Amino acid sequence: MEPKEKQNTVELYFMEARAKLIDIAAFMDRVERDGHTEDFRFKAFKYALKSLESENRVQDVLMSFSDPTDELIPAATIKAACGTWPEESQQ
Amino acid sequence: MRYIEPHAHMVSRTTDDYVAMVTAGCKAVCEPAFWAGFDRSSANGFYDYFCQLTDYEPKRSAKFGLPHYCWLCINPKEAEDIKLADEVIALIPDFLKSDTVLGIGEIGLNKNSRNEMNVLEKHVNLAAENDQLILVHTPHLEDKHKGTKLIVDLIKSDSRIDPGKVLIDHVEEHTVKYVMDAGFWGGLTLYPESKCTSARAIDILENFGSERLWMNSACDWGVSVPLSVPYAAQEMRRRGYDDKTIDRIFYRNPVEFLSQCSNFKLR
Repeated sequence: MEPKEKQNTVELYFMEARAKLIDIAAFMDRVERDGHTEDFRFKAFKYALKSLESENRVQDVLMSFSDPTDELIPAATIKAACGTWPEESQQ
Repeated sequence: MRYIEPHAHMVSRTTDDYVAMVTAGCKAVCEPAFWAGFDRSSANGFYDYFCQLTDYEPKRSAKFGLPHYCWLCINPKEAEDIKLADEVIALIPDFLKSDTVLGIGEIGLNKNSRNEMNVLEKHVNLAAENDQLILVHTPHLEDKHKGTKLIVDLIKSDSRIDPGKVLIDHVEEHTVKYVMDAGFWGGLTLYPESKCTSARAIDILENFGSERLWMNSACDWGVSVPLSVPYAAQEMRRRGYDDKTIDRIFYRNPVEFLSQCSNFKLR
């Protein structure tokens, strides 16, 4: 699917993406300042940033946060998801 | 514009939301059965909920001129208790006689557990035996990729199920291809913090095709936006799409899928 009148995507999205990037930088500074850099979620976040160098950035970022196993777990002891697979983030 | 809201939990929303949706061009709203934010203590709680979905909520919606349809199931977050799930599934056939029920949903997985899969299989069997459409919830965040593959593989393996009558919801960039390649329909959910933004949802349409995809707000009691579907249409206009393409994505695509159920009638 393509628009009939294709727009300049940098024109459309640069300011929004710039703001989000600055927010990410501020988030990382805040976590470091407050001493939470050992939190598994922050480690996973930093690991996911490496995917920005890949050719399939969105898919690779999503996969870096994903449970890579194939088997059903014995039982669900919690309902919520935390945003990243804990074991993967230990790398 | 005109659009269908194919996934909204209106029992959690206010009448202001109905007014806003109708004003924005919504022509029908479809409400899957879901988790209330707490576990119900017995099957009686689900009986009352199914009465609300099939009787009370269509009447409330009708006051604002909006046709209301629903899907029925016990959601995967309450599927760990097999005895409860069996009791709830036994209630569903009677409610399928209601003329606003679209099928079985939103079934699926949450944490990808054995009991969740057991209950999913029972729901798929219920749909097959009663020739019902299926709406599937895929897990959240880190559990989504694994859960989507497990769900797709299970339903694909049941020869009684026509993939064209199954919609796998909450797809994202890392799951959409698996769903589309298997012949299912896919749903893009527009959430402020998780799932998809409007811009990403349109990227997915551009990269993976727009024939068997729809967008929904899945608005409920959590962080969600009941008007996110028309907002996404506005984002498509900003990108240069014409009214005809927008109409196909937001109206004709959902109508094509939902019209496979004879209960779905647009006035």
